[in-house]
Amino acid sequence: MQEEYSIEVDNIKKSFRVYHDKGFTLKEASLFKNRRSYEIRNVIDGLSFKVKKGEAVALVGHNGCGKSTTLKMLTRIFYPDSGNITMRGRVSSLLELGAGFHADMTGRENIFINAAIFGLTHKEIEARLDDIIAFSELEEFIDNPVRTYSSGMYMRLAFAVAINVDADILLIDEILVVGDAAFQVKCFNRLREILGKGTTIVLVSHSTRQIEQLCDRCIWIHDGKVRADGKPSDINPLYLDFIAKRGEDKKKEPEKEEPKVFEVTRYGSGEAQISGVKLFRSGEPAIRFDAEDPCTIKVDYTVKEEVKDTVFGIKIYRNDGVLCYGTTTRAEHLDRITLTKDGSVEFIMPRLSLISGEYSVDLSIETGEEYPVDYWKGAAKFNVTSNIEDEGTSRIAHEWKQN
Amino acid sequence: MKLETTTERIQEIYDYREMIFTQVHRNLRGRYKGSALGFLWTFLNPLFQLIVYTIVFSVIMKTSTEQYSLFLFVTLIPWIFFGTCMSEGSGCLRDTEDMIKKIYFPREVIPISYVVSQFINMLLCFIIVLIVLLVAGRLTNPAVFVYLPLIMMIELSLAIGLVFIFSAWCVYLRDVKYMMTIITMAWQFMTPVMYSVDIIPGKLIKLFYLNPMTSVIVAYRDILYYQQTPEIDTLAIASFMGIGFLVLGWNLFNRLKRRFAEYL
Repeated sequence: MQEEYSIEVDNIKKSFRVYHDKGFTLKEASLFKNRRSYEIRNVIDGLSFKVKKGEAVALVGHNGCGKSTTLKMLTRIFYPDSGNITMRGRVSSLLELGAGFHADMTGRENIFINAAIFGLTHKEIEARLDDIIAFSELEEFIDNPVRTYSSGMYMRLAFAVAINVDADILLIDEILVVGDAAFQVKCFNRLREILGKGTTIVLVSHSTRQIEQLCDRCIWIHDGKVRADGKPSDINPLYLDFIAKRGEDKKKEPEKEEPKVFEVTRYGSGEAQISGVKLFRSGEPAIRFDAEDPCTIKVDYTVKEEVKDTVFGIKIYRNDGVLCYGTTTRAEHLDRITLTKDGSVEFIMPRLSLISGEYSVDLSIETGEEYPVDYWKGAAKFNVTSNIEDEGTSRIAHEWKQN
Repeated sequence: MKLETTTERIQEIYDYREMIFTQVHRNLRGRYKGSALGFLWTFLNPLFQLIVYTIVFSVIMKTSTEQYSLFLFVTLIPWIFFGTCMSEGSGCLRDTEDMIKKIYFPREVIPISYVVSQFINMLLCFIIVLIVLLVAGRLTNPAVFVYLPLIMMIELSLAIGLVFIFSAWCVYLRDVKYMMTIITMAWQFMTPVMYSVDIIPGKLIKLFYLNPMTSVIVAYRDILYYQQTPEIDTLAIASFMGIGFLVLGWNLFNRLKRRFAEYL
């Protein structure tokens, strides 16, 4: 009788001792036994889920949520403290590629070493040898020692072995980034092919794109428990939203204070000064935005002496120093105003239209022809997240249409 | 937690036999790669030890033992196998921590592969031992050689059992590796490798037989040097210790192995 489930995880718990001073010498273990302080960290706290045969499941969660630990328990590198894990069938894990490779031995010898670690017999390896070599595209080099391989070649060989094990259950941890783009496509297609044959796949990935392309189910692990379980298209937005909010919560404290100062370089004659910068999303203060969010940058200024012919300027830099957008009221041929008393000016973006990343803002008050009154580099910082993985410096307004 | 039965454990290790073969191959071939004399070192190392001990005992200390170098040679080779397993083999799990932390396989494979590699080294050295015995004209009673595989299996079993214990212990306590270097040296002198079991004072002889290697070494010397059937007592003690330590070591290993990946 065929069991319906390949994997059954039943209320597992796992805690680690985290030593404050790590040391495993005799002295520390015996003489100072009482002094060695540690705390017990419950990484997995009552996790249960079942995976049907032939299902492709993604585990998502923020760093440290326990998803990699879960994967390691599925493959029996770690054992749970309590609870049960039942795995039905041969398990192959792509947690670590090229385990046991010996640099001085040839590619062919290493195929045998590596495949044997997956529990294959000599006959089984020989039967797969041609497929493995063909998949790795290393026919010419297969009898050279692997120390002569480039890192790309090394990984290709390792992946070729792991993918050809013909496991019933395949566990994958963030390794779909092997080799060049063409090889990645090949790996991906191979995974789909394997999935088509009825192999069960569990993968951990931070790429929502990969998850949606490959998996039909997504389990969100939070604090060692299942927080949500469903279709990737349903879970991913919830998860991304959570991650964005979490980041905001972390930054909330400093945000209440005056604008964060990041190695500010500031210059100008000082007749008028920028006194505060705040970012808003639909009236709410924020520093994390989705690419599609509206964003308003509000700049307060104080005036000591009257400033005529005033020009406001803004520049938005990506954290690697690339200027994404810069403009001034002069460049846009707006009326020049005279500042006489304290006030504020708002830079309103109905849609932020930047891509995911970290940005910093330069603000300036100038007078006449580029005479700086107050120029503030890095006056504010903000983050953009998006579930669309586009690239460039900004998102050009667009739509797709097929005729 | 469910624990696997012994039959399941043995079945799984059997399923991973190819891994044992490839690991042994890797240990043997990988070890001397890049060195000029390569595999010859397998023979050179025992040879130099033999020369040094022979000079010390036969030239300087003037032992009365007839053909002392042969007397020593037939026990030194089995001892080097055992001693290397104790001093180097205790670190075998630490040496493969990358594999243990990152991939599943029955952990027993590592100590077994290590000991088997050393065992094969010993078998290769035995070819030379037999040639030397033949040339020296000491092969007078070839019938005793039926006992040789038996005592070798006993020694193999003993070595695997002890390496299970010390390598697993070393995962939790790094000092074990260094301790074993010293202990192995003392152990060699406490075992009748370089001297005859007959010169041990009568009061101490029982104590010496608590050392599992005493009966093993005595049996080797009986078979190879004296060309006589080992005493049944010697074989009985050796078998009992060999199997006993394997069972004990494996049980201990099974208990400790679950947390290997966390402690490495």
